[in-house]
Amino acid sequence: MNGARVSTLATLRGRIGRIESAGDATTPARVALGHAEADAALQGGLATGAIHEVFAAAGRQAAAATGFVAGLAARAGGRRPLLWVRQDFAEVESGALSISGLGELGLDPRALVTVRAADADTALRTAADALACDALGTVVLEVWGQARQLDLVASRRLTLAAQLSGVTGLLLRVAAEPQPSTAETRWIVGAAHSPPAAAFSPWGAPVFDAQLVRNRHGPVGRWIMEWKCDECLFDQPAAYPRPVAAAPAHRPHQAPARAPQRRAG
Amino acid sequence: MPLANARAICPQLTVFDADEAADAAALNAIADACDRFTPLVALDGPHGLFLDITGCVHLFGGEAAMMRLVCERLTAQGFAVSAAIAGTAVCARALTRQLHGRIVRDGGEADAVRPLPVSALGADAAITGGLRRAGLKTIGDVAARAPHEITARFGADFTCLLQQALGQGDAPISPRKPLPDYIVEKRFAEPVATAAVISATLSGLAQMLVAAMAQQGKGARRLQACFFRTDGAVRAIAVDTGQPVTRAEVIDRLFAERLEALSDPLDPGFGFDLIRLSAGRTEIVVQQQRDLDANVHDNDELAALIDRIAARIGGRRVVVHLPQDSHIPERAMLAAPAQQHLAAAMLAAWPSRVEGEPPLRPLRLFERPEQIKVIAEVPDGPPARFVWRRASHAVVRAEGPERVAMEWWRCQGEMLTRDYFRVEDEAGLRFWLYRDGLYDREIVQQQGVAVQPNWFMHGLFA
Repeated sequence: MNGARVSTLATLRGRIGRIESAGDATTPARVALGHAEADAALQGGLATGAIHEVFAAAGRQAAAATGFVAGLAARAGGRRPLLWVRQDFAEVESGALSISGLGELGLDPRALVTVRAADADTALRTAADALACDALGTVVLEVWGQARQLDLVASRRLTLAAQLSGVTGLLLRVAAEPQPSTAETRWIVGAAHSPPAAAFSPWGAPVFDAQLVRNRHGPVGRWIMEWKCDECLFDQPAAYPRPVAAAPAHRPHQAPARAPQRRAG
Repeated sequence: MPLANARAICPQLTVFDADEAADAAALNAIADACDRFTPLVALDGPHGLFLDITGCVHLFGGEAAMMRLVCERLTAQGFAVSAAIAGTAVCARALTRQLHGRIVRDGGEADAVRPLPVSALGADAAITGGLRRAGLKTIGDVAARAPHEITARFGADFTCLLQQALGQGDAPISPRKPLPDYIVEKRFAEPVATAAVISATLSGLAQMLVAAMAQQGKGARRLQACFFRTDGAVRAIAVDTGQPVTRAEVIDRLFAERLEALSDPLDPGFGFDLIRLSAGRTEIVVQQQRDLDANVHDNDELAALIDRIAARIGGRRVVVHLPQDSHIPERAMLAAPAQQHLAAAMLAAWPSRVEGEPPLRPLRLFERPEQIKVIAEVPDGPPARFVWRRASHAVVRAEGPERVAMEWWRCQGEMLTRDYFRVEDEAGLRFWLYRDGLYDREIVQQQGVAVQPNWFMHGLFA
């Protein structure tokens, strides 16, 4: 009986392995974020042609999460057009996306097309359509609040569209709790202090306290990441005295069966 | 006739208030239904319609058959109809006032209207009364007088009207809708109501339209599908595109998106008996060389995607951003519809950022700055603590002020100068706030009491 159970488990493992490797074959491309530790955890960088979720750590952290998403979009999309789908209510609650602010982060405002969707349904539908269009580099879907439309089915649909076209989809969620989804990675982002600097030296570069809480193909972790506006990449802040909390050791990452197991460090 | 007299003659008389708005709406609906006969339909208030049937007659089997068809359709809906066909609009109108169903051959206008009373001309009541007092009872009587006499007494406008009625001059009617560049349509012997047939019909029409446009190298920028119901109601659905459309599949897909997203779905009622597809605005298509660099192709695909999204949720909801020549933060950017301005936005020159500086403009900007409560150490210094959305923030770092003066040449009322501060609070959140007004210059003491300045939250940095 025990032997039969083991063989069933082995069969199931094999089947899951085959399903996962079939999925892997279509998503090999990764772009490095620039932050060495994060890139190592992500097996080389952010997967393109996949969905990534970014949650704001709290409602007032919306701008930090927006900045992080803008950074990811700049890395993943390159010089190709960026489509930003936004729910109307998000604009009221956390402010409209400022184009000059986006330019200050090093993104090209000319490549931005914004869609103002009236509700979450429309936004989701538009994003799914846009993800199927391979002329785009990145699609950002910004939804405010706990949208019940963004369930596992919707997430699967977005993932499939992204896999087929190779367009990267970024979900920006403010005032929402993570739900089960098929996203490649999930981040919880808040603002971090500017690193201490001498008086009269410039301060205020975007620094994020980014927590990778889900990673389908590697360990999770938590890092302080600074967005370098001039170089257009993430990096470790120059001098950051505060220790960062280590990733929880009791949460193993969900690595594919064939990959060697790694623990978050 | 006064109402009391009418009631005395006919005691059972039912009386309604006149509802001019409803009458006009009914006339418009009839005009919509008449679009099926000719695209040139003009309103002739309060209860007439002009149909310019030049070149359409053969489609309906001759003038008499066409008039019969129009009258039958309207009579079936319960309207009393009087119709006439003539070379000029005024002549036809004069005929309908007196007798129904006259068809006047070319050149026969004068003979046709001569026996009619002058009231049939539809001139002002004063002119009609004046003519009658002068003993001119019929149009023939008036036409027999020398034109200068009539002009001297009743004005040039009336002479003009008279000449048009006699077929000596013509004025064009002013149609309700501009004439589309291309029209294709399909009539059904049996009304159709199912979505499958409707979409198949639209596909067929799209192919016909594209073939017609391709002969002249044109592409459509604005498309309209009209669905004519058997009961006379007409539903028109328009789709705009950013680039000239030359492929039937694209037209198909745009209408599929649009029909699916309608807030009040297409109601076939007892069925549609005519579906028409027209290209309202067309442009000459420039054939672009496709090189190995996929840039051109990508731009086409992006434009097609924008068209599809715009067809579903409306063109004004898909925007690109154009820089504006203004230093006021909320005016520095203009959101313009992407369908029309995509090319301009791709070439726009945005101010470049200063190398080595942190972002000086926030990533998220509030459309309406939100008022905050501020405690500052020095009156015109940066805030030490502020309350925004009921949460208190202690300021750890601050930089400023960056002074932004208002555009005095543009705003009418008195606008205060703003002093912007970039601040970071103890949690690491970065804000952009400003004080409205300058101390001692714009914020002055009133009767010895210091006026507190207003502070606003304008944006959030990443």
